[in-house]
Amino acid sequence: MAGTALRGRLSPRPLLWQVAKVLAVAIETASVRTIMLDVPDWPGHQAGQHVDIRLTDGDYVAERSYSIASAPGEPVALTVERIDDGEVSPYLTDELRAGDDLELRGPIGGYFVWEPKDGGPLLLLAGGSGIVPLRSILRHRQRTGSTVPVRLLYSSRTLDDVIYRGELDKPAAGVEVFHTLTRHQPPGWSGYARRVDAALLAEVAWPAGMTPLAYVCGPTNFVEAVSQTLVQSGYPPQRVKTERFGGTGGT
Amino acid sequence: MDAVDGNAIGGLLHEVFGSEMTTTVSICGTCGTARQVGELAVYAHAPGTVVRCPSCDNVLMVFVKIHDRTCVDLMGLAALG
Repeated sequence: MAGTALRGRLSPRPLLWQVAKVLAVAIETASVRTIMLDVPDWPGHQAGQHVDIRLTDGDYVAERSYSIASAPGEPVALTVERIDDGEVSPYLTDELRAGDDLELRGPIGGYFVWEPKDGGPLLLLAGGSGIVPLRSILRHRQRTGSTVPVRLLYSSRTLDDVIYRGELDKPAAGVEVFHTLTRHQPPGWSGYARRVDAALLAEVAWPAGMTPLAYVCGPTNFVEAVSQTLVQSGYPPQRVKTERFGGTGGT
Repeated sequence: MDAVDGNAIGGLLHEVFGSEMTTTVSICGTCGTARQVGELAVYAHAPGTVVRCPSCDNVLMVFVKIHDRTCVDLMGLAALG
């Protein structure tokens, strides 16, 4: 990087690994768990941030990132989807119990975050477990008394795969929740029943003229398709924040 | 292999640079596009972690962990910060 100007911003806090204690594990769906943690040295987080989790087995170390599901001010909670051939998630969803230790570092990231001062209207687009950081944003909005209007479009395979279903069935004032079920719909289903496409976004998304702020999170192919469609419909790229999980699962 | 966002390696970047980096602006050395690091395309499953420009696909940064050391290559960047 010859000639590169590297202007380091001094951080008040190094990002150190620390040991958290598992307070409880809650079942969200057949493959998804929410892990409530007591993190002794937690500086507080912003809605949309994540942590790195480190599992160690002898000399072998595996690290993964997981979004924080709880709002700032709430105890740290991570919602984890089991990836069947994953190295880390099956341990977190199947083995971890209250009282166990878990090594993590965080909070991490300043890009995919929302604060009430960022305004809106907010368009939240989730594919599968991409709902997790958006749930933190929703809770943060409610806890801070923000009245920013929100539309959430959440794509899941089936109704049984919908995470935080009870919570999303009772949205706060000013929050509209739209579901689409891409693989199977229960009898009488009144929501959408296909992958998120331009026509669906045209129905659900705020018009670009309202200068909305969009957060898109989910599997990489979901995020690519949705964010490109939003930009084509007039959303400025800098108003479309993305967080790709990689892989293809979940929507 | 599917890319993730620069945001996903916020922890690694903090470890290397000593501060939060995902909102830092990077400028691609090939096409000159300025983007926040959180927006860059990251291929985490390559041997090491490869960060590319989403506009022109140029390799901007490469991080390779060997035991407890991280080797950092920033040759593709024109500027960071």
